[in-house]
Amino acid sequence: MSADFLAALRSRFPQAADRASADHPAVNVPLADVVAVLKFLRDEHGFDLLMDVTAIDWSEGANPRFTVVYHLLSTTRSGSYVRVAAPCGGNDEAPVAPSVTSLWPGANWHERECYDMFGIRFEGHPDLRRILMWEGYPYHPLRKDFPLAGIETELPGADVVEETGTKVVAAPMAGGPFVAASGEINLSEAEPRAKDESWSDRVARPDQTPLRQVKE
Amino acid sequence: MVSASTDYGYDSKVEGGVIVSRADAAINWIRTNSMWPMPMGLACCAIELMAVGGARFDIARFGAEVMRFSPRQADCMIVAGTVTYKMAPQVRRIYDQMASPKWVIAMGACASSGGMYRSYATLQGVDRIVPVDVYVSGCPPRPEALLDALMKLQAKVQREPSARRLLSA
Repeated sequence: MSADFLAALRSRFPQAADRASADHPAVNVPLADVVAVLKFLRDEHGFDLLMDVTAIDWSEGANPRFTVVYHLLSTTRSGSYVRVAAPCGGNDEAPVAPSVTSLWPGANWHERECYDMFGIRFEGHPDLRRILMWEGYPYHPLRKDFPLAGIETELPGADVVEETGTKVVAAPMAGGPFVAASGEINLSEAEPRAKDESWSDRVARPDQTPLRQVKE
Repeated sequence: MVSASTDYGYDSKVEGGVIVSRADAAINWIRTNSMWPMPMGLACCAIELMAVGGARFDIARFGAEVMRFSPRQADCMIVAGTVTYKMAPQVRRIYDQMASPKWVIAMGACASSGGMYRSYATLQGVDRIVPVDVYVSGCPPRPEALLDALMKLQAKVQREPSARRLLSA
């Protein structure tokens, strides 16, 4: 079932290479061909539904650092699902990939999320803005060099910042991630807790801004 | 509390119809028993908040059933759910738009402390942007817990020096 479109893809695009995958077939294609490959799969092999556009950050130093992955599903041929991966162009700070909003209008928000989280600029996107974080947020949180707790920065809304004096602070991980002790029978002791409880959301770590509580 | 008294009757015609009380007691009694909530439903806690408004738990028994979606008409903001940094300025602006006197209940772990969301996107407790009167634990809290929070807030309002604040305002 999957072999027919893969064989057709390979004969049409000899540059497409098999990609290791535990479940569905997957192919690696050069960035320049990705739109043509996706159009080919959509028009000639019934992959009419774009399930997801996502990306991989192979961390700093890797070349290419970012890979963009398109997930396709066929609603007419049961169980047909394929992933198409392409290494991003551009540089590490501003990777680029072609937008597929011309093929699937639904790619719009997927690409916006991808841009928001990884900073990949989709060329030809009609409205490439952040979708989850606010406009003006200076980081791309799913990059490998971004810590889970976040980085101290300004809260959106200058009037609210002025009134409350609050800012975006690194979340108090307090020795986390929080893991339950295995093998404990006493539930109150088996509760997930931090390894370092000397600081918390009430008591700041010495090198961090304390979480300010608004006064009445 | 406000109660009818016959001790102060000075005229047989109005005897028993005159009520003597402290201004604080009267004002607080009025405020306590018709506290209109502003449901700031941001996540799953809002489902429990809806249950509290429903027939089974029935927050109407405590005079707080009039959920107002306009901050101008609300007394008590119930922050029910995860407050993200993106949402935080809007929460603060809605709080600013409420007319005084106003109170805030932080419902559930997320609103109280960020809860399980120790991450770059989540405000670590709504008390960082608005003053909170009552915190409710739970993830999400039982409807009874929110009713308890409302009763605790009412007890807190009963102790407020309302008359002095009105005169000094």
